[in-house]
Amino acid sequence: MTKLLYFAWVRERIGSDGEDISLPPSVATVSELLDWLSTRSPAHATALAERSRLRVAVNQDFADDYTPVGANDEIAIFPPVTGG
Amino acid sequence: MLRIRVQHEAFDSGAETAALTAGRTDIGAVVTFTGLVRDHALHLEHYPAMTLAQLDKIAATAQTRWPLLGVTIIHRTGDLLPADPIVLVAVAAAHRAAAFEAAAFLMDWLKTQAPFWKRDAQGWVAARAEDDAAADRWKRD
Repeated sequence: MTKLLYFAWVRERIGSDGEDISLPPSVATVSELLDWLSTRSPAHATALAERSRLRVAVNQDFADDYTPVGANDEIAIFPPVTGG
Repeated sequence: MLRIRVQHEAFDSGAETAALTAGRTDIGAVVTFTGLVRDHALHLEHYPAMTLAQLDKIAATAQTRWPLLGVTIIHRTGDLLPADPIVLVAVAAAHRAAAFEAAAFLMDWLKTQAPFWKRDAQGWVAARAEDDAAADRWKRD
């Protein structure tokens, strides 16, 4: 299983702080994951619509569109950070 | 000496500075930066596992770039009020240039690399391009 975590307005728009899912074989990268997740529900589609406003971390490190994803990974999707 | 904490509780920057220099005679410069909540009450959310990993990485990077004798980073989370201290960065070094530069670097990188999100009464606070530009000046090929 792949662990997905959502933070800030991504969490609010999806209506969940995360989910454990089995990735289909078509999903091997961050970009493919976002494409596939967007088809899961209207809430997912809304939350993930603006890719330029999303950041993704794979196993607690910043990822890009081409970063590989797979089973046992922890993948977090969130807006640009605003700490400090 | 590296101290990194993420907590809701307030911190005492004087006590943290004293802890940084306690028992040392080789430290000639301490630079501390305290960020305060400005204007509006805030709620701070974060991604705990990644926050600690990123803060460790940011501090380790600073230690490779400057000859530092101590680093303390404290970031608060949860509900905070205007004028509350929200973040502390304290850096100790033998000389002031390293301490000043490393403190600025740590804050600039923390702002763009540590997974915290602020929400106020109007909603989630948007990231600022100025923060990205400030972090970019420390980038190396």
